[in-house]
Amino acid sequence: MARIRDIAKACKSKNAGPFELTIDVVFDDRKLFERVRRTGVLCPALFARLYKVRPEDVLFTEYPAGNAFKATIPRLVASGDVGDTDVYGAQQHAPLLDVEVPI
Amino acid sequence: MQEYRLLSTSGLLGYGFPEASLAAGMQRQPHMIGVDGGSTDPGPYYLGSGKCVNSRMAMKRDLQLMLRAARAQRIPMVIGSCGGAGGEPHLQTVVSIVREIAREDGLRFRLAVIHAEQDKAWVKKKLREGQVKALRNVRELDDATIDRATRIVGMMGPEPFQRALDEGADVILAGRSSDPAPWAGCATRAQLPPAPSWYAGKMLECGATAALPKGHDCLLTSVDRGGVVLEAMNPIRLCTPFSVANHSLHENASPCFHIEPGGLLDTSDCVFEAVNDRAVRVSGMRWTQQPYTVKLEGAELVGHRAITICGTRDPMLVGMIHEFLGSVRENVSVKATAFGVTPDKYKLVIRTYGANGVMSGWEPVARTQSHELGFVVEVIAQTQELANAVLAIARVQMLHVDFAGRMCKEGNMAFPYSPSDIETAPAYRFSVFHTVAIDDPCAPFPIEYEAL
Repeated sequence: MARIRDIAKACKSKNAGPFELTIDVVFDDRKLFERVRRTGVLCPALFARLYKVRPEDVLFTEYPAGNAFKATIPRLVASGDVGDTDVYGAQQHAPLLDVEVPI
Repeated sequence: MQEYRLLSTSGLLGYGFPEASLAAGMQRQPHMIGVDGGSTDPGPYYLGSGKCVNSRMAMKRDLQLMLRAARAQRIPMVIGSCGGAGGEPHLQTVVSIVREIAREDGLRFRLAVIHAEQDKAWVKKKLREGQVKALRNVRELDDATIDRATRIVGMMGPEPFQRALDEGADVILAGRSSDPAPWAGCATRAQLPPAPSWYAGKMLECGATAALPKGHDCLLTSVDRGGVVLEAMNPIRLCTPFSVANHSLHENASPCFHIEPGGLLDTSDCVFEAVNDRAVRVSGMRWTQQPYTVKLEGAELVGHRAITICGTRDPMLVGMIHEFLGSVRENVSVKATAFGVTPDKYKLVIRTYGANGVMSGWEPVARTQSHELGFVVEVIAQTQELANAVLAIARVQMLHVDFAGRMCKEGNMAFPYSPSDIETAPAYRFSVFHTVAIDDPCAPFPIEYEAL
């Protein structure tokens, strides 16, 4: 078992427009990316659970060219609207860091 | 043309770039120079208020260096989404800086100014005709929402830039534009295919962000018929196949499918190859023409805002913070109602840093382990006077509300400032985020020319 924080090169979030948030998990090399991919841990259901959205609302892409997984989800509050906590969406990645991957 | 070279100075006008990088870029004899001016990323305030996201001083510094370089080599300088949000006040701020530089430096050129603000009656007409569609996670548009917007901009594609160049512009300052559009417009006008031209634009709009280490710096991109070559102009920054491939993840919903005015850029089969130890060639991108749509962005006023900042170091209070804030809210409601301001007339938001101030509804940690908590207490109301009045009450409740086991009977909170209550700027929200189908890509974006 390894945590994302111990094996990923980057784990980051950012706005994809004011109404969506996009989260990327990037690995150093293709071999590690493929090992992680084979576990199936990084999948729409994981993001749906961590971010309390429906799995069908997660736009999930495996991106081998960048050794990366990408998930785009609706924001709870639009960027900068009343009650939003993160206008740029840059600090919403932390729940992923402790996700365990059986590799 | 076999190869078209584009030089981007930075990720955003006003972010700055090293002069040496610009000089290195100009030595490569680019066919045009530009920088992206805008983003929705800093939030709705800038579009709503008409304020620029970067300072006039920082924008002038970048523009002056770029204009001198462009005029010295007689190449076009092209800037989209001027001033951040790309509305009329933002555009006019940048136009006034360019006029000032031309005067100070004795530069002479033909300036094209492309407007992007949209007439509400036109938007309503397009809505009635069924030409307006909501983007994902956005409500359908209606007339009332259009009326409430303080400003609506359209995001232009490459065509208005091409028209301005056709009509002899040396310098183009445009309102809200699709980020890659100025670059794609220049390259396709030079008869390069749309797929590599749009791809180049997607990289250039962020300056040297596609290189390692990332930074606000200059990127040179050469477009040919089969692909693009990317190279950062600062010797410390290297474009690697990995860094370039990863840039496709940046600020978008998908790294593979990019919807642009007039088509779809598909990067799923891109091949990234090192040309040498600092430049990367990308090929295999595809462009599919689609019915022409432009994005509309609008913002509306939510109200006026006042905030106060405070913190507690009291372990008993930290331990029962949820109940405490419940009491604060209840007391604010009672006391504000007493002077005639009922809860429907304001919004009270209390952010608790050290507990869930960053993630709020997405925070998975139920119970904070922190020994201190920081608060930003915020009131939004229809007038500043109302917001100030309710915030003052909220501040007093934070300081003095009693709680079970309270030892800190002189005050619950440390306030770092006097005055403790801060009027911030008016609050806006993004209210329009829709596409509109159009026939003529230039029609919504009138161009004015000026001889400087």
